[in-house]
Amino acid sequence: MSRLIRLDRTGHTELASWTAGDFASQERAIEAFRRELDEGMLASATLPDGSAEAVRELPLDAELVVMRRPIAGG
Amino acid sequence: MGAESIADAAPRGGLAESAAMPWRRRASERSLRREGRIWTLWSAGIVLTFGAPAALLFWLEPLAFPVSAIFLGHGLAVLHLQPRRGARALKPIGERSGAAARTALGLLGDLVGHESRELLRESGLALERGRLGAWLVGQEGAILVRRGGRRVHCFCVRVGEADDLPAADSVAHLLLALREDEEGFATVANRNFSGATWRLRMQLPRSARSALGRAQQLARS
Repeated sequence: MSRLIRLDRTGHTELASWTAGDFASQERAIEAFRRELDEGMLASATLPDGSAEAVRELPLDAELVVMRRPIAGG
Repeated sequence: MGAESIADAAPRGGLAESAAMPWRRRASERSLRREGRIWTLWSAGIVLTFGAPAALLFWLEPLAFPVSAIFLGHGLAVLHLQPRRGARALKPIGERSGAAARTALGLLGDLVGHESRELLRESGLALERGRLGAWLVGQEGAILVRRGGRRVHCFCVRVGEADDLPAADSVAHLLLALREDEEGFATVANRNFSGATWRLRMQLPRSARSALGRAQQLARS
């Protein structure tokens, strides 16, 4: 089960979840992903080795994709 | 630049925020080494500027010792203030009450992994190994302990609009950005100190000191 979550004031919100064979859930996840990007969020896919990758398309093979806000120098 | 255009500016795999700042030279192993030397020269300059006249005055007239001491004290205060700025910017996770804070901390705990989870609980800081060294990430800043563990670079960096975010979420934002692109992260962040690790340690709260010690170990390994 893969998850798309957004870091927000509640801690985090699960926007969608999907599995490899369930195309309807994948479509819903892609839609939710694009909606977040349109609202100015950035996406970070967690890779199996613990690193992360900035993504512009939802990687359906990723276990966890996190939508975050932009950072800036303080 | 708006958030949408920030995302559009990103090259594949790089940090979007860094790509949106083309005027800023990208941080690298070399640029950090250079910045470290500049900070060392700056510190040496302060020691010389305040120490030499104090010594000279004392040599000429030992009775002027109090004036020499004031001179020397002024120099030491400047040297003291620099790492203090770095320590203050870090801002570890503090109060953790409330459902949102606990939810955010749970996710951050999952992100940092088993080894760093205990350290996160104790110090409120996330420890991360990078190619440039070992990082300690707080809510509004990060410390990079360079390989060997002797030098630190302190960065001031935060979530652009973090007013409503739980503290652990702010750290999670910075941690993810760091993992996406370490050099890009160091490019976006503003520098506020670089120098010997012991100078920073003196300015940190006790819980953060132990985290700095762990980061030093990681940077040496």
